[in-house]
Amino acid sequence: MPANRFNGYTDLGVGIGLRIPHYRHILEKKPTCDWFEIISENYMCDAGRPLEILDRILEQYKVVQHGVSMYFGSTDPLSREHLKRLKTLVKRTKTPFLSDHLCWGSVDGTYSHDLLPMPYTFAAAKVTARKVREVQDYLEVPICVENVSSYAEFHASEMTEWEFLSEVVEQADCGILLDVNNIYVSSMNHNFNPYDYLNNVPHDRVGQIHIAGHSKYEKYVLDTHDHAPIDPVWKMYEQAIRLCGPTNTLLEWDAHIPTFEDVYDEALKANRFIARAMKSPASRATSKERRAPVSAGR
Amino acid sequence: MVKKTVKTRSAQRSSPSASPPVSGRRQTEAELRDLQRLAFACISQPLGPGNATLTHFRDGRTMQEVAAGFIKPNDRLTSLDRIAIYNRQYWFRLMDCLWDDYPGLRALLGLRRFEKLRIAYLIEHPSKSFTMRNLGNHLVDFLEKHPELTAPLETMCLDMARFEWAQVVGFDGQEKKPLTVDDLLGQDPAMLRLSLQPYLTLLEMDYPLDDFVIAVKKRDASMRSEASNAVETDRVEKKPRRSRPPKAGKTFVAVHRHQNDLYYKRLEKPQYQILKALGEGETLTDACAAAIVGDGETDSSENPPWLFNLQTWFRSWAELGWFCRRDKA
Repeated sequence: MPANRFNGYTDLGVGIGLRIPHYRHILEKKPTCDWFEIISENYMCDAGRPLEILDRILEQYKVVQHGVSMYFGSTDPLSREHLKRLKTLVKRTKTPFLSDHLCWGSVDGTYSHDLLPMPYTFAAAKVTARKVREVQDYLEVPICVENVSSYAEFHASEMTEWEFLSEVVEQADCGILLDVNNIYVSSMNHNFNPYDYLNNVPHDRVGQIHIAGHSKYEKYVLDTHDHAPIDPVWKMYEQAIRLCGPTNTLLEWDAHIPTFEDVYDEALKANRFIARAMKSPASRATSKERRAPVSAGR
Repeated sequence: MVKKTVKTRSAQRSSPSASPPVSGRRQTEAELRDLQRLAFACISQPLGPGNATLTHFRDGRTMQEVAAGFIKPNDRLTSLDRIAIYNRQYWFRLMDCLWDDYPGLRALLGLRRFEKLRIAYLIEHPSKSFTMRNLGNHLVDFLEKHPELTAPLETMCLDMARFEWAQVVGFDGQEKKPLTVDDLLGQDPAMLRLSLQPYLTLLEMDYPLDDFVIAVKKRDASMRSEASNAVETDRVEKKPRRSRPPKAGKTFVAVHRHQNDLYYKRLEKPQYQILKALGEGETLTDACAAAIVGDGETDSSENPPWLFNLQTWFRSWAELGWFCRRDKA
């Protein structure tokens, strides 16, 4: 299960997101790191420093692309320019697979630059799956779609988020980038049990897992990626490994970024949870046992 | 109340609206598009005082009513509260991008006017690209159209907007295979037409904004360093001091990059004119002739003294990699 057709049969281990404050350290010290995830859009330029840095990273490390603006769920047609630039980058990085989000973010050619939540409807699943297939066919690399954190739900929804995710990936025949922190954040904001989500997605399609930190406010939880993951998120990660097997894992840290060593040490905690998950039998946690507290006060 | 109801229905017909879920009937693709249009219209509405979501939607309905029509509330947040999270994120993200890309314009205008300008610009020119890199690409046109936003510094702000956009282009703009000095040797100047690198921008400014921006960036960097122990829990744009505008002075600058570092290179007027003419497709001979004509300081019957520097200039420009072959028509 770890290496599957949705992640290009890779068993990458534990990586971190490649971020500007770490460039110098990485290029000068060449620290050990199983792999880096890059934000595709940061390197979809014609030339200049970003591509120079990327090429130097590619000489030393495995890199997987992660996008933030394909907007599979938007009813807008795909942008040809975006696809062309993305394909150029795919050829450069030789990414074994590629991920972007299960969300929408543009309407009539205007971009929000945000990851907006989908209405969980069959029509939306059909539109989304169609676009995932189109992108996958054009880029000729496997695609994993990532569940997003959300702060709003639509009246129009016809199913749960995990049912929607399952519907999309089955129709598109693509993989899942399972973000356990996003599941946690959304469960806090929408009062569902995160283990219901974890237990009910097609585990054989999970090609990668994201972990990250978030911020708790008085009335909601925000996906800020500015802390280490909290214990309940690590526990969810352990359960995800139990269900999916050891899977390509990546820690995201995007604000108040500590040193490279601190971020990578935090990421490597994943190995402890992988070891624990492998020791205990695969079992689906019951909702009552695993229900996380809903109160999110700060 | 009746009047209000009639107005609301009328407004709903001319505005994007989301159909409420009908039991037993699934959403259609057309309804999905309408829902996304409505949601986008709500989250992209300008923020009100204190960065709060406006109380009314653009069609006159209350935002409360509009949000409740398509967003579920929960036990802690109303439908409007939930839309407001995305509304703030939308504006903060785009405003931050312009803040980062236009420090010079910000320093000239001061925070309050820069804030007003950013909002007005984003309302008229929301992002049309998958990348925020292109967010400012209409700013020059916008400022030409709205001089009231920068008065009495209209010319200076226009120069600054051009200068700062040139830096965006210079940072990661396309680079073609450069022509070397050897490639240029032996070429007939009357026939030689060159192209300039796409990442290179030539600017004729009425103010020495290159020095001004360097000073602003230095100041901002030192402010960031001073504030490095502060934990940012909220979005705060720090110490937005307005800087004293520079005195007028014709300035010619090439914004370019070398070994992937961004540079501003001062040019003499004839250098600017030659490069500009070359970029416009003139032959080398015609480009130099244009510079001689444009050089008001020299009697047209004699060669200007800078002509003796021409070879040095071209060698330097070629070494910087500024020249490339013209695309075939």
